[in-house]
Amino acid sequence: MLALHLGVLAALFALQFVLPAYHHTNVARIMVLSAYALGYNILLGYTGLMSLGHAMFFAAGMYGAGLPVYYLGVGAPAAFGIGLASGLALALAFGLMALRTSGPSFLIVSLMFGQALFLASLYFNDVTLGDQGFIVSEKLAPLELAGASLGFHQPAVKYNLALAIFAASLAAALALRLSALGRVLVGIRENEERTRLLGYNSFLYKLGSLAVSGTLAAAAGAGYALLFSYVGSTFASILFSIYPLLWVLLGGVGTILGPLVGTALMFYLVDTVSGVTSAYLLFVGAALIALVLWFPLGILGAVRKRWLPWLP
Amino acid sequence: MSFGPHLFLALLEGTVTAFVLALMALGLSLVFGVMRIVNVAHGEFYMLGAVLAWACADAVGTPVAGFVVAMLVAPLAVGGLALAADRWILRRIDYHPESTIVATIGMLYMLQQAVLMLYGPDARPVAPPVYFVVQFPWFGYSGYKLVVAAASGLLVLATWMLVTRTRLGLYMRAAQQDLEMAQAYGVPARRVYALVFLLGAMLAAAAGVLIVPIEQAHYLMGLDPLLLSFIVVIIGGLGSLRGTLVAAFAVGLSDGIVSVFFSPTLAKIVATLLVAAVLVVRPGGLFGEERA
Repeated sequence: MLALHLGVLAALFALQFVLPAYHHTNVARIMVLSAYALGYNILLGYTGLMSLGHAMFFAAGMYGAGLPVYYLGVGAPAAFGIGLASGLALALAFGLMALRTSGPSFLIVSLMFGQALFLASLYFNDVTLGDQGFIVSEKLAPLELAGASLGFHQPAVKYNLALAIFAASLAAALALRLSALGRVLVGIRENEERTRLLGYNSFLYKLGSLAVSGTLAAAAGAGYALLFSYVGSTFASILFSIYPLLWVLLGGVGTILGPLVGTALMFYLVDTVSGVTSAYLLFVGAALIALVLWFPLGILGAVRKRWLPWLP
Repeated sequence: MSFGPHLFLALLEGTVTAFVLALMALGLSLVFGVMRIVNVAHGEFYMLGAVLAWACADAVGTPVAGFVVAMLVAPLAVGGLALAADRWILRRIDYHPESTIVATIGMLYMLQQAVLMLYGPDARPVAPPVYFVVQFPWFGYSGYKLVVAAASGLLVLATWMLVTRTRLGLYMRAAQQDLEMAQAYGVPARRVYALVFLLGAMLAAAAGVLIVPIEQAHYLMGLDPLLLSFIVVIIGGLGSLRGTLVAAFAVGLSDGIVSVFFSPTLAKIVATLLVAAVLVVRPGGLFGEERA
């Protein structure tokens, strides 16, 4: 099992030497977005909580990292740290309030707060530059590592940092899945009442799960801002909360590699469709309906059921 | 304009918003109360109502006739769409709460983009069927807005009577309280579900027809009312019709006041914070069923 995941990471590492330039950047993006989907899946797949406002954590990481760079010229590692901390703080604050509700109310409340943060990013456009967004690359100092100066514009630096973010997220998700903590989360997903009866404080576990999930989303957001240089409020919109849901559903809810598979496939599908029509969201909508109607397990969920029962 | 009249204008605007919001949120709340599902495409039914109202006005010509035709055609057309969605999508996933949310999000994008492709990205105005100005000492106010408030109030009242005074309403309340027991007593659950979903969609479409002479018809116009309706049903308590109406007025008035004095965007943010405050005190909403 460990071999499979290490093999996937090795394959992703090797891929950078053979990919043409266009796909090189795409795969780097896919890896960062997969970290976002991995975080989303911890909440949805392992804890059974569906969030419709996850873009707020992605945006917290993005603005948390992007704004200090843009206004204060903070270096990349510190900015990344600030991004993570913003996501974690938001996840905890949101969780303390929203986890008081359950079931459909949680969904609606997450959607509402996601949208409130999006509107706030438009309302305070003196600072965030709203819809238009801003470019961080001019203010971003290159990374100094062991005497070498690594500029963020270099494709190899982008790719390998994206891979690092993805690998760290994958390791975190897998470690959580295999730990006793992860088993309690699955217990909550399957039957919260019974888990409480066994003496677990389900509120704290759900809050913890939300914190991990939000932090991974923020890591992806911060990474996206630093590596691809653009910060804007589109990344806080509802569509950006729906995307990780779609990716995870397609790849397989509650599987470790599903988020990567779903993100990669949907990224290229949307890329292809938007080459044909500007109404590519029609396709996104149809995909959502088709998945719940005919393919609720997702790709790796189906693979696990039919061929590989040990797949985490 | 001094503070007093300004506040009066804000309250007036807020009252109109509150009535329309009550109509929107009532449909959402009814669907949740009876069927236990959250319909994320509710705002798109409203948008479709508005766009169809523009199409009717465009086809018919005179504002009054166009409005009357739209008031008949739009709710029926949108209702038909809702019935199809119930039959071909929601029933097939057995109204599973999370699958339904995903499916209605899918419907949201499909409807939005279909309208974008067929109708285009422009916001298009519709002339009001009646035009008069109510002259207050400080300012004149659009009479049509008051007509909208009154018409919304009537539709809310009619729905309320339907739920509390008719056999269908009795079936709805029975299904809400205990579905299995209701079915054992012969309540045709499938038909009740279909009718409730139809009713919710028709109310949203009617709200869209009413609002379009005030706001222009645009393919993205469904999102803000959806958000406000969600805020209303969460504050009022999911599934409680009384709570929905009370909260619609609280949210509508605060939205009117903050919009007039500050900005509409800030109003939405404030309303969301209002939800946070309510949830801290009462997680189930003001009139929600007490559930652990």
